[in-house]
Amino acid sequence: MNPADPSRQLLDPPRVDRILRRMAHEILEKNQGPAGLYLVGILQGGEPLAKRLADLIESFEGIRPPAGALDVTLYRDDLSGREALPLLRQSHLPLSIDGKKIVLVDDVLFTGRTVRAAMDFLVDFGRPARIMLAVLVDRGHRELPIRADFVGKNIPTAHDERVLVDLAPGAESVTVVRPSQGDLHA
Amino acid sequence: MPERLMPTPLPAFGPHLLSLSGMTQERIVGILDAAEAFLDVGQQSVKKVPVLRGKTLVNLFYESSTRTRSSFEIAAKRLSADVINVTPSQSSVTKGESLSDTVKTIEALGADGIVIRHASSGAAEFVAERVECHVVNGGDGCHEHPTQALLDLFTIRKKKGRVAGLTVAIVGDILHSRVARSNILGLSALGAKIRLVAPPTLLPRGIDRWPVTVYDRLDRGIDGADVVMALRLQLERASGGYIPSLAEYSRLYGLSREVLERHAPQAVVLHPGPVNRGVEISGEELFCNDVAILDQVEYGVAVRMAVLYLLMGGRGEESSLLAAGSRGEGL
Repeated sequence: MNPADPSRQLLDPPRVDRILRRMAHEILEKNQGPAGLYLVGILQGGEPLAKRLADLIESFEGIRPPAGALDVTLYRDDLSGREALPLLRQSHLPLSIDGKKIVLVDDVLFTGRTVRAAMDFLVDFGRPARIMLAVLVDRGHRELPIRADFVGKNIPTAHDERVLVDLAPGAESVTVVRPSQGDLHA
Repeated sequence: MPERLMPTPLPAFGPHLLSLSGMTQERIVGILDAAEAFLDVGQQSVKKVPVLRGKTLVNLFYESSTRTRSSFEIAAKRLSADVINVTPSQSSVTKGESLSDTVKTIEALGADGIVIRHASSGAAEFVAERVECHVVNGGDGCHEHPTQALLDLFTIRKKKGRVAGLTVAIVGDILHSRVARSNILGLSALGAKIRLVAPPTLLPRGIDRWPVTVYDRLDRGIDGADVVMALRLQLERASGGYIPSLAEYSRLYGLSREVLERHAPQAVVLHPGPVNRGVEISGEELFCNDVAILDQVEYGVAVRMAVLYLLMGGRGEESSLLAAGSRGEGL
């Protein structure tokens, strides 16, 4: 990485598209087809991704797996420590998850705490047959013993860098931003 | 772990919910939106979320209550808080302990929040001045009952899709009604047109300065209304000289199927409960109108969950309502 350039775009639209197609095929291969599959995106980044994967699976197999979305805010482990509470979004699971093969979908896998929260949430909703994890980017720095079953791309990052995922159709990108410039939230 | 939430909180929610007075439209809508998310918790197979785990809420009810107390209790339990119900008849209050001493004792026991209902107006504020923990007004005398008004607003929004611009007729004992007072504040903050329908003896003084139109006839008052909110006639008022007799009150101000069908066929009918059958609402059968009284109970739990979450979910008394930009980026 050029130290003078604080942000680097790692994936462009054609690459993101190829990666998602590969992931959809991997999900189908591992589950021997679309039967019983249920995609659940973690809000917000995972929701469009879950829909894209459902679209792709439908185009490959002619059957569209249900796609839902989870807002894991209420299950986070850092809520009581924060001064400002995050906005709540509505989760929606269109069908019962009992006995289904759930694929949790998120854009970036980082510490693993969001995934932990999502699993706790799912277990309160019902009893899935199994839970798998699909992420577009695995950036490392896990703080919990969690690993993804389907990874779009492994991107080694520094702990304080930020990974920005844009999934606007036709303009998909994954960019890593170094804190000096990129910390818009500071 | 880097902070990934945009630190752009709305003005502090404040440590307490004592009144809807001065509460902005933005704040009220924030509470109603949060309640929407909590409504789903009731659909889960495990009807609990872990947001208030390890926190203790004390329901301190000096007046009898079934629905408000159990609604707060269920709301707190769905948020995984521990709940203790203190009723004066079984407590040291019968030995003459003052309100101030009682709440300080409760706080010393480790309460993180107190829901107080008391017959004296201003009791919630009195308590809030004396304790460090969160205080929610569960109804104080003839003053306010903010969570009831919030759940009424939530019910109206669910049934009609909006609150702004709707005509809401509040029928009955306005004078003694804390529910009416909180509702008038909330409804006017959200831009509803408010009508009060009551005999002159049951209207408070200074009503001409409120943002309301007053009607003394039921048929005119509810004519074309989108929402008809019946208030409970506190039966002890009948003996207080405010109304000639229950029968006459019921004849003039009781909601019946006929009068609703004729004058407000589209109206959603609300009632804070408990209903005096045959007084405010006549007949055993419910109307063709959309009677939302049982929905109100369900929505009440979600609204109280939202209130408790917003007050007690964050860190201590600093808790505030953040509404923007929680962009989750693979935490």
